[in-house]
Amino acid sequence: MEGHAAELGPTGPPPRTEVSPPSARGPVHPRFLHSAALRFAAIYALVFGISALALALFLWWETAGVLDRETDQTITADVQSLIERWNQGGVPALILTIDNRLAENVDDNAIYLLVDPALERIAGNLASWPDSIPLDRTWSELPIERAGIRSLARVRRYTFPDGLHLLVGRDVQVRAELRNLLTTALLWALLVVVILGLAGAIIVRGLFRRALANVSTTAAAISAGDLSQRVRITGRGDEFDRLSETINEMLERISRLMDGVRQVSNAIAHDLRTPITRARTRLEDAALHAKSEADLQAAIERAIADLDGIVAVFQALLRIAEIEAGARRSAFAAFDVAPLLADLVDLYSAVAEERGISFLLESPEQLPFFGDRELIQQAIANLVDNALKFSPPGGMVRLSAENTGRTIVISVADRGPGIPADDRSRAMERFFRGEAARNTPGAGLGLALVQAIAQLHAGGLSLTDNIPGLKAVLRLPVTVEAVHRPPAAAASA
Amino acid sequence: MRRNERLGATQASEKSENIEGEGMRILVVEDDKDVAGFVVKGLRESGHVVEHADNGRDGLFLAASEPFDAIILDRMLPGGIDGLRILETLRSQRNTVPVLFLSALGQVDDRVLGLKAGGDDYLTKPFAFAELLARVEALTRRGKGEGPATKLIVGDLEMDLLSRSVRRSGQKIDLQPREFLLLEYLMRHAGQVVTRTMLLEGVWDYHFDPQTNVIDVHVSRLRQKVDKPFPTALIHTVRNAGYMLRSDAP
Repeated sequence: MEGHAAELGPTGPPPRTEVSPPSARGPVHPRFLHSAALRFAAIYALVFGISALALALFLWWETAGVLDRETDQTITADVQSLIERWNQGGVPALILTIDNRLAENVDDNAIYLLVDPALERIAGNLASWPDSIPLDRTWSELPIERAGIRSLARVRRYTFPDGLHLLVGRDVQVRAELRNLLTTALLWALLVVVILGLAGAIIVRGLFRRALANVSTTAAAISAGDLSQRVRITGRGDEFDRLSETINEMLERISRLMDGVRQVSNAIAHDLRTPITRARTRLEDAALHAKSEADLQAAIERAIADLDGIVAVFQALLRIAEIEAGARRSAFAAFDVAPLLADLVDLYSAVAEERGISFLLESPEQLPFFGDRELIQQAIANLVDNALKFSPPGGMVRLSAENTGRTIVISVADRGPGIPADDRSRAMERFFRGEAARNTPGAGLGLALVQAIAQLHAGGLSLTDNIPGLKAVLRLPVTVEAVHRPPAAAASA
Repeated sequence: MRRNERLGATQASEKSENIEGEGMRILVVEDDKDVAGFVVKGLRESGHVVEHADNGRDGLFLAASEPFDAIILDRMLPGGIDGLRILETLRSQRNTVPVLFLSALGQVDDRVLGLKAGGDDYLTKPFAFAELLARVEALTRRGKGEGPATKLIVGDLEMDLLSRSVRRSGQKIDLQPREFLLLEYLMRHAGQVVTRTMLLEGVWDYHFDPQTNVIDVHVSRLRQKVDKPFPTALIHTVRNAGYMLRSDAP
């Protein structure tokens, strides 16, 4: 048995030759290796080669290996029975048995040799103890010559307690020829493997390049300035399609953000100029014309108020930008919207009462949600703020919320002047001021902020006619987290 | 002890910032010369003792080596050590001095970061001095550690925190839960200016400015109950700043 590992050994190296060409080529063309396509192709060839090698080793083990093991088992059994003969009848019985066996051996492939401690032949069909076989090794391969034909034998040595040495073997020439045949066949197969591996690698490289060409053409067009380009989707729904879809979504988002930035810079240019001009005029006017210190003081205070207004606008703009950038998603947590609505009513009902507006709340006991509590609070507060601001005395503002299972729908309806249908879509843009809002304070950022918050939560804001008045509907999809992680209050209730 | 002095303070100046005339030691770490000069001057006028450092290294040195009642800390400072580092170093040395961040970094995450590092309050630039002063003085009050007081008393106004009841001159006043919280906040900061944003944050837990004057309406309702039936007013409006609860009568 021990001999097999040694026998299999020499067959190892040849198959490995087919994997070396790609890597051997590397250092010669170092720039070549910078191609991911080539790397993938090489990995493909390597994997293919290793599989082929494993297959070859398996084949070898199952054919030549089986024959080897069978021969070894026969020889071992032979030796065992001879030892038994010796135990029963001593050396004469042993000699008799060997002679019998040789006589019965029709195939003429058996080898027996019994020698005394001085290596003088006692029985068997070998002339003398072969020099190549040391006395301390059990198994050996022995080249022999029988009837003028050179041949190969596999032999096992056994030394009896009284010093006699026994050699039992089988001629394995046929098996050796089979092994040669097999080796040749496998080597040819390996050549085929190399060719197939290289061909496959080239095909893989081509596929890879073609799939990437689509993305890289689009990316090149975009970096050249054409933001309208999108990656073509093949429709196969494979990994590359999914990659393309992700890239396209990313591009959509980028262009939305770019539009936002453009809109904000335009807005700053136009809308902030007005209050800045006002503040500047006040200060200059006071510097030139103020008659008394009180005049001056008043002008300065008004200018400070103007500046505070500008700062507030800036803060609102920055907050919208911050929310749109999605940076606040880290602050998401599970919470209940219902108590938040109750708090809002608590805060605003005093104002409503003072203006003679009835302020109603319709809400379920619990509205578990996953999101940014502070932002949701601000969004609803903005809507309520707006509704109260535009409601005439004696009017009514209704804040209602419901959970439709997947979405929390919060609506704020007033009976004010509303927004004309044509303006409604623009009402959520930054700095939009409706006709009705001309005489009310504000910068036209409230609804833009609400919309940004809704979008951060994958929801949306829509404005509808409340006939009369405006109904703002905030839809907030409930994500899995809200269901799995109920807020502490709900859990303890 | 000091709190009681303040609560019982009788000096009725419109410059109410420091009623008993005993100034606090305040460290201002701010690199902008104009802002620092303005803040230091304002605080001194209000009767406080002010030290100023214009870089992080000096700021940390002063804060670590001298006792202060409060520190006003800029976030971005020259000298390799920024405000956050100063605060983290102080807190790691178990220094519990109240710290108010005064920073141009106004994003919500910046604020959260500052408070997480151990800051007690966060004010974004640009700011109104009245707001800064009110917040710093509120901080030092908080820093004194009031203990579990069960009763708040300002003049003839008494609030029992256990039975949630309010009496003035022995007469029971019925308050809504939120009105109670509002009055409690004012009483805890009696003798100090309390700004509208402080009330929004402290009483309603709102961290943004509503467009409408919600706070004014709530305060005026509270006045209806606490002040109107009585000869003297306790809740005063401080122009361009906010409100103050104080008793003028000795």
